[in-house]
Amino acid sequence: MTTPQMVMFETEFKQLNYILEKLLREANAKVIFLVDKNGQLISGVGETERFDTTSLASLTAGNIAATGGLAKLIGEKEFSILFHEGEKDNLHISIVAGRVILVVLFDSRSSLGLVRLRVKKASEELSEIFENLARRAEEKEKSGESDFPFAEITDDDIDNLFS
Amino acid sequence: MSFINYASREINCKIVYYGPGLCGKTTNLHFIYSKTAPEAKGKMISLATETERTLFFDFLPLALGEIKGFKTRFHLYTVPGQVFYDASRKLILKGVDGVVFVADSQEERMDANIESLDNLEYNLREQGYDLKKLPFVVQYNKRDLPSLVSIDEMRRELNPSGVPEFEACATTGEGVFETLKAVAKLILIDLKKGK
Repeated sequence: MTTPQMVMFETEFKQLNYILEKLLREANAKVIFLVDKNGQLISGVGETERFDTTSLASLTAGNIAATGGLAKLIGEKEFSILFHEGEKDNLHISIVAGRVILVVLFDSRSSLGLVRLRVKKASEELSEIFENLARRAEEKEKSGESDFPFAEITDDDIDNLFS
Repeated sequence: MSFINYASREINCKIVYYGPGLCGKTTNLHFIYSKTAPEAKGKMISLATETERTLFFDFLPLALGEIKGFKTRFHLYTVPGQVFYDASRKLILKGVDGVVFVADSQEERMDANIESLDNLEYNLREQGYDLKKLPFVVQYNKRDLPSLVSIDEMRRELNPSGVPEFEACATTGEGVFETLKAVAKLILIDLKKGK
């Protein structure tokens, strides 16, 4: 398979959220999401309950995929930052560690310059965590150790999902 | 690739409905959406043209329930079937966990079915996937229409390796959930193996 399976552990999840919360405050943003490039929401902080986070994640990933396709067509590796300006709210979308997407929603209480600046710093910190995660997943795979929760599911478990 | 979150105890998988233009991929999703309890589904998103042809993708998130304390979520996507949207189709296949191939059972669409299946294999290979190793099911759709191709012939052309297959009529919903269950089951069995 092309990309290794994405696994998130409790420790890293807390670290991620700590960085996201800090970014939320420092960038004066309304909401911040972290989305897997495949469209799965990893985490969100801020006024998340106001948004349909699942749809947002999937559309963001679609958006990044489409602009990535555009980039390749003109000979670029990717466009690492996208900015969407609305009447009230704006979206700043950037790629972190080549694998995850950081979405910052902000309004006139902040500015593009501030968001860009803070995102840059947070991205470095987030990259470190994702590199750690990738290493941890790789080590696990090598050692053949499996505390995988699905290793022991039965056919009945699966059938029950559909009853 | 599925995404396992130990912190929120969730597991997310991606299913893609593939097939030629107008074969009923979006109709499959519409039926699933209409028959799923509100608490188990999210909003269905369709990025379609004014004439309701899929432009980029349809998206439907489903929460099926829990396994071993993990919330199991499936994200259903369709691709645009029309030949010239190939660039978009490739993007949607990224990170796929399971594929449903929806075939149009009408005789005049057999060539389109074969072309689309070839295209699926090609696009998967480009991303480093092998269709033979991926959870994969085939749906023979539109079994209610005249000028049908026999199941034997469709199987010969579209399912030589004998993956699970279903006759369906997506507009009435016949075979739709059977197809979804089959692919979801294959994905979970794959996960069980720790792939």
